[in-house]
Amino acid sequence: MTAVTATSHERALPADWRDFVALTKPRVMSLVVFTGLCGLLVAPVRLHPVLAFTAILCIALGAGAAAALNMWYEADLDARMKRTASRPLPAGRMDPQSALHFGVGLSFLSVILMGVATNWFAAAILAASILFYVLVYTVWLKRRTAQNIVIGGAAGAFPPLIGWAAATGEAGLLPLLLFALIFLWTPPHFWALSLFVRSDYAAAGVPMLPVVAGAKATRRQILLYSLPMAAVAVSLWPLGLAGFVYGGAAAALSLCFVALALDVNANEAAEPARMAPEKRLFAFSILYLFAIFGALVADRWLVA
Amino acid sequence: MIPEDERTRAREVRARQRRTAVAMAFALAAFAALMYFITIARMSGG
Repeated sequence: MTAVTATSHERALPADWRDFVALTKPRVMSLVVFTGLCGLLVAPVRLHPVLAFTAILCIALGAGAAAALNMWYEADLDARMKRTASRPLPAGRMDPQSALHFGVGLSFLSVILMGVATNWFAAAILAASILFYVLVYTVWLKRRTAQNIVIGGAAGAFPPLIGWAAATGEAGLLPLLLFALIFLWTPPHFWALSLFVRSDYAAAGVPMLPVVAGAKATRRQILLYSLPMAAVAVSLWPLGLAGFVYGGAAAALSLCFVALALDVNANEAAEPARMAPEKRLFAFSILYLFAIFGALVADRWLVA
Repeated sequence: MIPEDERTRAREVRARQRRTAVAMAFALAAFAALMYFITIARMSGG
């Protein structure tokens, strides 16, 4: 930490509760909570509503804890990127020790509460997902390899598995395929974003694929990951794990995703202002995941 | 004599500490209520 930052922390006001909320990355959490809820809702076992609510709360708290620890570890990186410079730590609104204590405390609370309310198998997967995000992605991979989000993406793929495990106490083919779907969705989603904020990552020294391999290679990789992602998404239908409502929605949505990925692959622009296909794919990828999980739940609850 | 901006700062510090204490009290109360309902749900075989 620089002397300037240390001095600013001495004079800084105590962190506001809103800064602690910001530390949990609430916008990212919404997708995590939604996929976790869907994992729980499509499970064949009905959980008591209070316990189901607690399980989702624990997934949210665990995701928030992992985000807080990520921000604690990456405060120096965040300070160098326009997109993240106003976060509580780089902006000097919170001292690092508070963020660390908050993150560790929330991690223990979420895992223990999950174990007490549902079962210890779900709690173990939740603990693994927090550790994976913090240790494997944040500490080990992010600053070292362009494959950071390919492997690190697994951390974000755990919630449906945790939701399912909270209800049933075990894993199964359906939650494992949902895990695979988010795992394969993560690279196209993040690489689309990193293409148009490439200069930010380059300035911070993060080896994201567009920085290391260039835009052309990244665009090809986006397409190459979109194809198996679409196959996994649709496979639930022929495998008999979902009905025609999900099958139709998954096929249509995946077709749109691949079409947008083809658009991205055909684009040769280098300036962010001319990266409309990348921005479209990034925006659609968020809608895609919400819609596909929503369709799965609708298929289970409305049709079955 | 204490400069005005020091007083303003001290006031803001106290206000933030008060808000944090209220937020923590709410969180603890919510946690206690949740544990109560979890216990009931587990006892009813949920």
